[in-house]
Amino acid sequence: MKENINGKQGKSSRRIFLKKIGVGAGAVSVAGIAGVSAFSAKDNNRSGLTVKLLSPDGKLVEVDQDDIKPAREIVADLKEVARKGLPDRKFGMVIDLAKCKNARKCVEACQEGHLLPKDHEWMKLYLLQDDRNTAKYWFPRPCFHCDKPMCVSVCPVGATYKRPDGIVLVDNQRCIGCKFCMTGCPYSARVFNWKDPEVRLPEGHVYDPETNIPPVEGTVGKCVFCADNLRINKLPRCVTACPMGVIYFGDLLEDTVTNGEETVRFSKLMTDRAGFRYREELGTLPSVYYLPPMQRMFPIERGLDGYDENIKGRYKEAGPR
Amino acid sequence: MQADKKLLKDLTPELESTGTGWYITFTIFLGLFIVGIYGLVQQIDKGHIVTGMRDNVVWGFYIVNFIFFMGLSYSGALISGVLHLFHTGWRKPIIRMAELITVISLVIGPFFIFFCIGRLDRLYFLFTHPRIQSPITWDVIAICTDLIGCFIYLYLSFIEDFAILRDYDELNVAPWKKKLYKILSLGYDGSPIQAKLLANARTIMATMIIAIAIIVYSVLAWIFGVTLQPGWHSTIFGPYFVIAAVFSGTGLLIILMWIFRKVYHLEEYITQRHFINVGVLLTVIAAFYGYFTFSDYLTKWYGSIKMDSILIDKLFSEYYSLFIFANYIGILLPGIIIAFPRFRTIRNITVAAVIALLALWVNRYIIVIPTLETPFLPIQDTRPDWIKYSPTWIEWSLTFAGVSIFAMLFMLVSKIAPIISISEMQEKDKDEILK
Repeated sequence: MKENINGKQGKSSRRIFLKKIGVGAGAVSVAGIAGVSAFSAKDNNRSGLTVKLLSPDGKLVEVDQDDIKPAREIVADLKEVARKGLPDRKFGMVIDLAKCKNARKCVEACQEGHLLPKDHEWMKLYLLQDDRNTAKYWFPRPCFHCDKPMCVSVCPVGATYKRPDGIVLVDNQRCIGCKFCMTGCPYSARVFNWKDPEVRLPEGHVYDPETNIPPVEGTVGKCVFCADNLRINKLPRCVTACPMGVIYFGDLLEDTVTNGEETVRFSKLMTDRAGFRYREELGTLPSVYYLPPMQRMFPIERGLDGYDENIKGRYKEAGPR
Repeated sequence: MQADKKLLKDLTPELESTGTGWYITFTIFLGLFIVGIYGLVQQIDKGHIVTGMRDNVVWGFYIVNFIFFMGLSYSGALISGVLHLFHTGWRKPIIRMAELITVISLVIGPFFIFFCIGRLDRLYFLFTHPRIQSPITWDVIAICTDLIGCFIYLYLSFIEDFAILRDYDELNVAPWKKKLYKILSLGYDGSPIQAKLLANARTIMATMIIAIAIIVYSVLAWIFGVTLQPGWHSTIFGPYFVIAAVFSGTGLLIILMWIFRKVYHLEEYITQRHFINVGVLLTVIAAFYGYFTFSDYLTKWYGSIKMDSILIDKLFSEYYSLFIFANYIGILLPGIIIAFPRFRTIRNITVAAVIALLALWVNRYIIVIPTLETPFLPIQDTRPDWIKYSPTWIEWSLTFAGVSIFAMLFMLVSKIAPIISISEMQEKDKDEILK
């Protein structure tokens, strides 16, 4: 799977790639600037001087000196890039409810990766029971990145948008905080920054809607499918953090999803395990699929082991609904 | 332009002198308003965390007040617009008040949206980055149109009065006021051609504001109706909100009639007949409003889709008393008062109007809040304020600030122009001009 993503990455234009390099916080090594080596007389607009740079995924690449722009100017472009998405992709997620035991590692990895305040959970864990005669099950809920996203339809300023690769993002420098998207979303997937999040940013950090760091007071945030990771051929943080391999992620056009350990055919998984989407009847066409909680590997109660009252208390009244 | 001496004598004293009572009342409202401003400063300083709103109930008092104030602006559209078009004779003493309610509440309403918005500094994005798909953009367009239309309509109805006041030599007011009348009357002298033009313009605008007002309030309803949320996703919301708006506007009109009749001694002009007529109007509207309410909740309850029935259960447990007050007492009381002739006193009708108005506000509250407390995925949280909405003093203070500024603006306008239209009162044969 990782190789597959790699292969596609090559298609993205050099310009975009460079823009990403320019700001790939900390990942970019400028050490290579000294290594000017070759001439190229083909392009008159170029200086012909190339520079070696380390790309965010660890490859040494050579670029023309004139193509290097200071990061500050790129901010606007970066937002543009984040609106275009990755070409020829349609990302999707499969969550295996049979394996989830409320380890909460997905939540923690997400909060850490996106510098979220502790009370902000983009990934949320619910304890659901459909009816009193049916079983309880743990239900991890990221943003569903719907194909007919209500949040995008109702946003009055275009702060939240749907990309061709299926990802729904929020530009929190555009968001006016009207919260219409929050009432529009039937899955409570969005969180509001009710106060200044007081995030300590790494030095030289530049805002990118693909990470939504830093969160801004008075704006909305939500799961971004780790669009920044996808760009550098890495899986979303929740996928790699899950000790049970509950969450599968992949490109649905390639018909493959992986949880980091095994890679499976998406269509076969759906057929074999009777995959479904949460509240299909709402017609929002989520990109997140679930596998039914059959033959669960752990008893529900074990999901509460070792947690403080803050976590346990949440599920006290969980019952048929 | 000359006018009936008696009319002028009766209606202009309030323009000439101001009693201490007026100043005391104004100061009280000003105080409340300043408390609200202080609350707003707190909110801007510390963030929306100081309100009772949280991630589930993201819209609270502010949105309730927004739709409430926008609804009040309906009284002008109905009372002045409709009654104007049908040349209803008895409307004349109350038409000015109705028009003022329209414009003043229309100016105040949008401010509650501003309080609700997280990034007030980016408000202009609504104009620089608009997306026409969003019902909020529809709202921005509709409200702007409505504001312009209603201002024009109000001003047209003022021109004749300003001309009368300009030419009334015995009027003992400050020179700046005289000058103001001169400027605002736009050289109107009541010649037949001017009168005909003005009358035509007013008829056109009366028709237009009725249509615009229906659009504005439907769009407001669709902000809720287009979402998938249980309780909101309903086709009846457009007409339901429109009728509720007319209901509240009419209720407020009765209250203001009572206040100005008492304070400005207008007993001769605003009589029991006016109260009964507007009261009957309120009852008829209440019948429609009650019918829509019933029909909305009946279908939700009987069909009982799971989420709907969870919502209805909530309304009939946690929100039971509010539900009864809003949807039974508030709707039935005006009808009961009007139905029996011996109940039809000015005081009774006013009391019914006050209760109806409060009930309508509560009705808006139990449309907005319980739905947000009932998301599809259950709220699983240990923070009480995340589970249940309860407004903080800041939201209360801004709500009262809204009421205060409404009262203050009304009081100020009543010192510049007579609260009963002099020109309307004297031109009994106005209809003939139209022919």
